[in-house]
Amino acid sequence: MKSLDELAKIRDSRRAALKIREGVPSATEKAHIMMCGGAGCISSKCTDIVEAMKECLAKNGIADQVQIILTGCMGPCDMGPVAIVYPDATFYRRLKVKDAEAIVEEHILKGNPVQRLLYRTPGAKEPTRCVHDIDLFKKQKKIVLRNNFYIDPTSIEDYIARDGYAALAKALTQMEPGEIIEEVKKSGLRGRGGAGFSTGMKWGFTAAAKGSPKYVVCNGDEGDPGAFMDRSVLEGDPHSIIEGMAICGRAIGSEQGYVYVRAEYPLAIERLSNAIDDARRYGLLGKNIFETGFNFDIEIRIGAGAFVCGEETALLTSIEGKRGEPRPRPPFPANAGVWGKPTVLNNVETWANIPEIILKGAEWFSTIGTEKSKGTKVFALAGRINNTGIVEVPMGTTLREIVFEIGGGIPRKKLFKAVQTGGPSGGCIPADYLDTPVDYDSLGALGAIMGSGGMIVMDEDTCMVDIAKFFIDFCVDESCGKCSPCRIGTKRMLEILERITTGNGKEGDIELLQELATTIKSTALCGLGQTAPNPVLSTIRYFRHEYEEHIKEHYCRSGVCEFKE
Amino acid sequence: MITLTIDNQKIAVEEGTTILEAAEKLGIKIPTLCYLKDINVIGACRICVVEVQGAKAYVPACVAPVAEGMVVRTNTPAVIKARKLILELILSDHPMECLTCVRNQNCELQKLAEAFGLTEIRFEGEKTSYPIDNSSPAIVRDPRKCVLCRRCVAVCTEIQTVNAIQAQERGFNSLIAPAFNEQLANVECVQCGQCSLVCPTAAIHEVDDTGRVWEALADPKKHVIVQTAPATRVQVGETIGAEPGSIVTGQMVAGLRRLGFDKVFDTDFTADLTILEEGNELLQRIQTGGTLPMITSCSPGWIKFAEHFYPDLLPHLSTCKSPQQMFGALAKTYYAEKAGIDPADIFSVSIMPCTAKKYECTRPEMKSSGYQDVDVVLTSRELGRMFKQAGLDMANLPEEEYDAPLGISTGAGEIFGASGGVMEAALRTVYEVVTGKELPNINFTECRGLTGVKEATVQVGDLPVKIAITNGLGNARKVLDKIRAGEADYHFIEIMCCPGGCIGGGGSPIPTDTEIRLKRIDATYTEDERMALRKSHENPAVNELYQEFLEKPLGHKSHELLHTHYTKRNRYQEEEC
Amino acid sequence: MATCSCCCGEDELTKQLDKIIEPYRGQPGGLIQVLTKAQELIGYLPKWALISIAKGLGLSLQDVYGVVTFYAFFSLIPRGRHKISVCAGTACYVKGTKMVTKTLREVLGIKPGQTTPDSRFTLEVVRCIGACGLAPAMIIDGKDVHGRLEPEQIPQILEQYA
Ligand SMILES: Cc1cc2nc3c(=O)[nH]c(=O)nc-3n(C[C@H](O)[C@H](O)[C@H](O)COP(=O)(O)O)c2cc1C
Ligand code: SF4
Ligand code: SF4
Ligand code: SF4
Ligand code: SF4
Ligand code: SF4
Ligand code: SF4
Ligand code: SF4
Ligand code: SF4
Ligand code: FES
Ligand code: FES
Ligand code: FES
Repeated sequence: MKSLDELAKIRDSRRAALKIREGVPSATEKAHIMMCGGAGCISSKCTDIVEAMKECLAKNGIADQVQIILTGCMGPCDMGPVAIVYPDATFYRRLKVKDAEAIVEEHILKGNPVQRLLYRTPGAKEPTRCVHDIDLFKKQKKIVLRNNFYIDPTSIEDYIARDGYAALAKALTQMEPGEIIEEVKKSGLRGRGGAGFSTGMKWGFTAAAKGSPKYVVCNGDEGDPGAFMDRSVLEGDPHSIIEGMAICGRAIGSEQGYVYVRAEYPLAIERLSNAIDDARRYGLLGKNIFETGFNFDIEIRIGAGAFVCGEETALLTSIEGKRGEPRPRPPFPANAGVWGKPTVLNNVETWANIPEIILKGAEWFSTIGTEKSKGTKVFALAGRINNTGIVEVPMGTTLREIVFEIGGGIPRKKLFKAVQTGGPSGGCIPADYLDTPVDYDSLGALGAIMGSGGMIVMDEDTCMVDIAKFFIDFCVDESCGKCSPCRIGTKRMLEILERITTGNGKEGDIELLQELATTIKSTALCGLGQTAPNPVLSTIRYFRHEYEEHIKEHYCRSGVCEFKE
Repeated sequence: MITLTIDNQKIAVEEGTTILEAAEKLGIKIPTLCYLKDINVIGACRICVVEVQGAKAYVPACVAPVAEGMVVRTNTPAVIKARKLILELILSDHPMECLTCVRNQNCELQKLAEAFGLTEIRFEGEKTSYPIDNSSPAIVRDPRKCVLCRRCVAVCTEIQTVNAIQAQERGFNSLIAPAFNEQLANVECVQCGQCSLVCPTAAIHEVDDTGRVWEALADPKKHVIVQTAPATRVQVGETIGAEPGSIVTGQMVAGLRRLGFDKVFDTDFTADLTILEEGNELLQRIQTGGTLPMITSCSPGWIKFAEHFYPDLLPHLSTCKSPQQMFGALAKTYYAEKAGIDPADIFSVSIMPCTAKKYECTRPEMKSSGYQDVDVVLTSRELGRMFKQAGLDMANLPEEEYDAPLGISTGAGEIFGASGGVMEAALRTVYEVVTGKELPNINFTECRGLTGVKEATVQVGDLPVKIAITNGLGNARKVLDKIRAGEADYHFIEIMCCPGGCIGGGGSPIPTDTEIRLKRIDATYTEDERMALRKSHENPAVNELYQEFLEKPLGHKSHELLHTHYTKRNRYQEEEC
Repeated sequence: MATCSCCCGEDELTKQLDKIIEPYRGQPGGLIQVLTKAQELIGYLPKWALISIAKGLGLSLQDVYGVVTFYAFFSLIPRGRHKISVCAGTACYVKGTKMVTKTLREVLGIKPGQTTPDSRFTLEVVRCIGACGLAPAMIIDGKDVHGRLEPEQIPQILEQYA
């Protein structure tokens, strides 16, 4: 592809072909079945259902009038496999192979949606057919996941049809590098990888840094156990990452990008590398993009199973093929990143926001969210909650709305105990604070963090001391071992928690834990150690009585801990 | 310039200065453990944390650069408490066996514990339990005592470029070791001991051979002789607290006699001998079209390095043994004959600034006398230990002379201990042998100093002799790679394994740093100037040796006793089939 | 060392390994990629392979080994025909990983990190396989996700893997 015209041509023709997915019936096609092809649904054998549907379509002689597309994760993973049938946007859940026939023969051929496969809001008499009417989705706002219901992640044309690469075209032909950076700054976008640093400022520093070449890096390590937001973007809409990174390349003067993806995500790697190949074929990566003289290309680097490699300096070192050990900052990656050169490093979700910001403008973006946290945030809801899966909500949505309205509350009428955000770096938030709006600062004030988006719900059957031990155990396992407070300190914390949860706790253990926690936080070399004690501190803060019961009475109210005296 | 405030005092320093360095200028000593100036600046131990106004967490002073207007507090109760807890954590994973530890009283960890007034370790839990590796004749690794500061790794990889040890595993299981936790003796470690020199604890230390020497000294059947390397006389004083650069030649000789050595000889003697052999070898190679450049061979660390990493260049190495091994061979032949002692009864000890020599004396080639030529090598550190054990107060010993004839030497032998010394000594002799004229200026100052690679052209009669001198193996690589690439047109190259040469050898007193190396170098040249004779070919004892025993340089006997050959070795842990 | 770490009888593998190394010759930066591919090829990372890789890329064996032991993904020992990875991510933990692991330990008679004596299964505990919606979950052979696990189902699931 050479010109904007060509892009527009592809967009227009493809858009016409996809009108059906916007609800417009088509003269030639009966339906598009969007089958969720996210990891959850794949593991519930959605591909077998696709096969069955194809057979059934063929049997009925309408194979050429129905498209079946495997999308990225649609969100409600525990209802999986799920699918949406267009043009009427019917949402199906808990599909089985034997349901394929009903959908084809009843719904597609006769126009009667299969009632028993529809979603029913808990408590409601009637099921809800249309995906746009379902509460679970209505409360959400999709910017990052804008395409997950609509496109075939393996089709670059599908992406282009949804205005894909228009932002890159705009950035290359209508904007100066400085303007791009200004726009991102003005949008108020903050990094979605956890720390929440202003993305525009970061780009600005790298643009101003001396040294060349410069690099653009996407952090797709997603090590937080219990979080899979980035995965759903990489699998469901890989081009949005490529486009975001290319725009940054233009803004800071870089020609080379790296995407660091964890090896545990083979499908994400496959989809992304196909997307990169397609983009190259279309001239959207490579030399002289849109004949503007701008060159940009992307390489994938596969992480090999070390949580700490999500930390930026560790990730950069890992890209260089070494042990992913963090190093002190300064120098920051903006000045000394990959191969010691100026580097921008952003999270997957951050990248996915960029094309929308450039295309629709900072002003539009900054109307969404709260004063200091703009836009939306994707969360991975999991644990003791009815609707586990991925949700995207505007910043400022309260925890209560997320857990009870979108998440559908706690199963089996159990009592809500706490919600844990930020994974091993985060904290537990008890019921009293459910009305807190989620944004970087409010969560921080509660001793938790926004983190990358893992949100684990816990009920009365969860022991908070055991959970604290779980997280510390994780950090001990994942500590790189470079600095002494983290290497030895987290280990000692784990040992103390082990003795508390086996009935060997001692008077003073809580204080010793707190002393260790504060010192590790203030002295560890990198974010892993600096945040590792958070789960312990926050559970002591809100659930100190549970610790005391374990120590003094050898009693675990959730019945989780086994005391051996 | 950047202005900042440290503990309420304003100071202006250059951009890029660390907080640690800025504080030092104000006389504030921030404690450190992993930091090694210019070599290991990784901010890992966190003992040096300070409070910086506005920063979320404490800041490691050793790596954090100063910033304009920065306000630093180095000693608030909170900071001190944090450091103390970190130290407590480190010690909770440490076998506290100071009383029986080779680094007792000279251990940075122990000093910190004392300085912080630590009186209790509140944590009981798992401790690192990797086994001790005492496979090597020179170096012991005791991972239990390792604080993972990685100073050793930095020295081994950055300075020596051997890369024999690295961080392995991760988290609490982290370990500094060769791959597969293989024993040091079986890998490409060159036994230089530079790691043991920078280790703050006893996690890497020299093999202690003092016991074997005490035993020999107590054995009435043994004739126990000792040789002392050139560098030792400017080192051993430090082991009893003398200023670096103190010259203790006479006291050391006296001390050795009091320990019970039957004869106290000097490696300087065979250093002079080396010059005659090596100088003639060089001339022969130049005249007969032999392999050039020729490279010195008196540093066993360098030899092992060449065998592992540059086996293709082995023909460039002089075939001369090191002075220690020449001495060893002569002691059990020439000296035994002359003194009428059965060589089987001679127990030959050497005092060296060097751990690699412990390894060298065990090489199978080093048996030209029919016995192991040198029985035991002690480092300067071990000799200091023996003096202490014997209650010898070296400072108050009289100065005594070496025994003849193997104790007679010149300034040329003396300067072997400093980088460039072998070259300078060789030039003093080669010039006069070739030209037959007396040197107008005996001091070749272009050979001296700590510069990594020194190059010069020296006019020897009609012949412009091109030379290069390197110290530290990383620097050696630069010149060796040139030879490999065919870009080196030197005649003669001196390579010393250790930074600064033997005065900074792996068996030197701890601490050894750049400043201390410079002081020992100064002392070396002072000693040279004090000598009556300063050219090897003027050493009367060496000349007598040729007349009575060897006949001539490069002669038949020389070849048998003073020359050796080298072995190509693997760089990787490959098993032979 | 108890096991022979040489390359006899492995000519074909050696050749294929060389092909993997070739594009990265002299480039230490390619280490992790080469190791990943080598493990894919051989199934684990034997010493002879690490030596070839070190030589090819111009690294010391120490560097290579340091990287191998840093990343959980790499294995120095041969593994069973089937790899069971039990998720111990937060979502799964909260929903009962402990039970799953306990049952697997009992059924297989091995601890996480070990391989059954008949080389059929290797058991390992991983952190989040991205199927949190199906917690507690495990993944077999890196592709088959088994979710919403109940201890009783486990023997049945294992039967599918010979
Ligand atoms: C231990 C640790 C793990 C991290 N893991 C991730 C991760 O998996 N993904 C991610 O995007 N950021 C992660 N981060 C945050 C990154 O260091 C970095 O701040 C982020 O990628 C920057 O991108 P952003 O500004 O777009 O958020 C991690 C940080 C720490 C300390
Ligand atoms: S805090 Fe932990 S993970 Fe980070 S550098 Fe220190 S030891 Fe490594
Ligand atoms: S290394 Fe230091 S602290 Fe450790 S036992 Fe020896 S002297 Fe004591
Ligand atoms: S310092 Fe303490 S422990 Fe050591 S010998 Fe003296 S009294 Fe004993
Ligand atoms: S003795 Fe020398 S080569 Fe061997 S590990 Fe120590 S520093 Fe490296
Ligand atoms: S062996 Fe010594 S120098 Fe090396 S890391 Fe351990 S304590 Fe530090
Ligand atoms: S330079 Fe000296 S101290 Fe170092 S290895 Fe060589 S001979 Fe030994
Ligand atoms: S260089 Fe080493 S071997 Fe040679 S004289 Fe000096 S100490 Fe002895
Ligand atoms: S190659 Fe060599 S080491 Fe390996 S099995 Fe054959 S003979 Fe033994
Ligand atoms: S994987 Fe299908 S909804 Fe998430
Ligand atoms: S001395 Fe500064 S961190 Fe170790
Ligand atoms: S926590 Fe188990 S799959 Fe994510």
